[in-house]
Amino acid sequence: MTDLINNLSLGFGVAFTFQNLIYAFIGCLLGTLIGVLPGIGPVATIAMLLPATYALPPVAALIMLAGIYYGAQYGGSTTAILVNLPGESSSVVTVIDGYQMARKGRAGPALAAAGLGSFFAGCVGTLILAAFAAPLTEVAFKFGPAEYFSLMILGLIGAVVLASGSLIKAVAMIVLGLLLGLVGTDVNSGVARFSFDIPELTDGIGFIVIAMGVFGYGEIISNLSQKEEDREVFTGKVQGLMPTAEDFKNMVPAVLRGTTIGSILGILPGGGALLAAFAAYTIEKKTKLRKGEVPFGQGNIRGVAAPESANNAGSQTSFIPLLTLGIPPNAVMALMVGAMTIHNIQPGPQVMTSNPELFWGLIASMWIGNLMLVILNLPLIGMWIKLLTVPYRWLFPAIVLFCAIGVYSTNNNTFDIWMVAGFGVIGYLFIKLGVEPAPLLLGFILGPMMEENLRRAMLLSRGDWSVFVTRPLSASLLAAALVLLVIVLLPSVKSKREEAFVED
Amino acid sequence: MKIKSQKDFFSGLMFTAVGAAFAYGATNYSIGSGGRMGPGYFPLLLGVILALLGSVIMFKALVVETQDGDKIGAWAWKPLFFIISANLLFGILLGGLPSLGIPAMGMIAAIFGLTIVASLAGEDFRLKEVLVLSVVLSIGSYLAFIVLLKLQFPVWPTFIAG
Repeated sequence: MTDLINNLSLGFGVAFTFQNLIYAFIGCLLGTLIGVLPGIGPVATIAMLLPATYALPPVAALIMLAGIYYGAQYGGSTTAILVNLPGESSSVVTVIDGYQMARKGRAGPALAAAGLGSFFAGCVGTLILAAFAAPLTEVAFKFGPAEYFSLMILGLIGAVVLASGSLIKAVAMIVLGLLLGLVGTDVNSGVARFSFDIPELTDGIGFIVIAMGVFGYGEIISNLSQKEEDREVFTGKVQGLMPTAEDFKNMVPAVLRGTTIGSILGILPGGGALLAAFAAYTIEKKTKLRKGEVPFGQGNIRGVAAPESANNAGSQTSFIPLLTLGIPPNAVMALMVGAMTIHNIQPGPQVMTSNPELFWGLIASMWIGNLMLVILNLPLIGMWIKLLTVPYRWLFPAIVLFCAIGVYSTNNNTFDIWMVAGFGVIGYLFIKLGVEPAPLLLGFILGPMMEENLRRAMLLSRGDWSVFVTRPLSASLLAAALVLLVIVLLPSVKSKREEAFVED
Repeated sequence: MKIKSQKDFFSGLMFTAVGAAFAYGATNYSIGSGGRMGPGYFPLLLGVILALLGSVIMFKALVVETQDGDKIGAWAWKPLFFIISANLLFGILLGGLPSLGIPAMGMIAAIFGLTIVASLAGEDFRLKEVLVLSVVLSIGSYLAFIVLLKLQFPVWPTFIAG
């Protein structure tokens, strides 16, 4: 306990410098600004804003990135509530009741419920993160290459199991991502693999290129191909931000339940905000309506508060596997790994011991980021709404421009611009073929790590594959992965799962 | 044999083709053995797995009934062409193409090029608006990226700035 307090005070000491507070503020502001734009999810937002952190020292850069991350998440919910457009998959359920509330002129309370719920969930998530980080890091040091390999398998399986859509296609996308991650010089032999004698490719494909191409351009093209229907934006009707006393009475238990569910599901390898939001909403729907409460689907405030808290708690605790084990549990975290490596930080157990200021400073700044969002966004909501009324025909050229500038600034090399064009086409192809791109990014980041650990494990065991099942830790991780797969493939669960993701 | 799910069939085909290509490419590198893996081992393994997964997806697409055939639908050629071209034009104007003797025109020209071409992807194109947008984006980008973030960009054409 005293350790926890000491660590946190170290972290707050780092985060509470004037300079770092400013960076956290700028990060939140930019993240919300881009995240609010319809049709841009957090992955594209973070990738687009990453260049803004290049010039900063590592701690400041990470703090700003965390701010961008929360801003992007929060901006997504604002769009969901006001425009009926989920900016990301995890706000799909927020749309259901949030939009109905907005239609009834209660957009203010809906946004406040999302903001306050997220803030509370963020505080709890940060505490859990701080409490669990140290002991988990101890465990991480006991991990050998075989355990790491098995853990990655578990994480990848978890990620596809909890994602929506076809399971086998998601697995195939992971494998494709792993393969793309192998392009470039092999560290062990120095052989440039799949580089076709192009010097730029010997460094591998940049993760920003893939993220921007597939998530940015792919989505813009697909958005443009849909008829621009009249988006109903509730601009004039946002008055009275504060929820009523009645609202609070309904909200509080929903926030508590959402936070609990989100925190637990977020820690699971591969777990994520999406499942947390769905689960929280389903549970709220199952609990009995109080007297005089609006039914679900017609603008119940619990239907906004619970999934938003769960979503935020989950995105907070999903930092745990990343920071302690160095393994990203979802596509957004995979992007954070890439961002950290650009700043010469290899996420993993060693960060906490070798660089405690950075580690605890980041955790403290997460809390600050959450707080800032509430302070910043509730009063500024009018401004974000203005942004939503900007016609899409002005927005998308700007988005394309930021993507192009972001890609170029990574290496100051036009080759990346040619590459992102290619991945833009591929991203659109993925959308047309109905394959989720998120597992690809996850596989892409994990590819080299996985190969490295597989090689080392097999070298140590002299080519004996049984090492993965004879070492108890590794065997139990693989068993967990197998159990997950079997559960999902059971016919009864399978139909339930499909049902859960087709929420009306 | 009728394709029951177009989306699945062609995604399966894509996975199989890419997997096979990677596996074939991997055979150019030394494979090694389980205990001493060469650079070709892991990609070969993954390529084969991907190809197999792709065939399973294709097979399912031929066997399992779907309600509406999961049609891929029309391609949005117009946005696809203009967005990608805008991006390519941006690269060419910004950095030039030394191999074709095209000089670098710098960031401002590139922003105008990108904005105009990208706007053609939309449903209605209003030149005046697009030009205003280009000016706004140029000033904004100059302030944000060059002045504030100090990114190393060629701003003006090389033959003017030198």
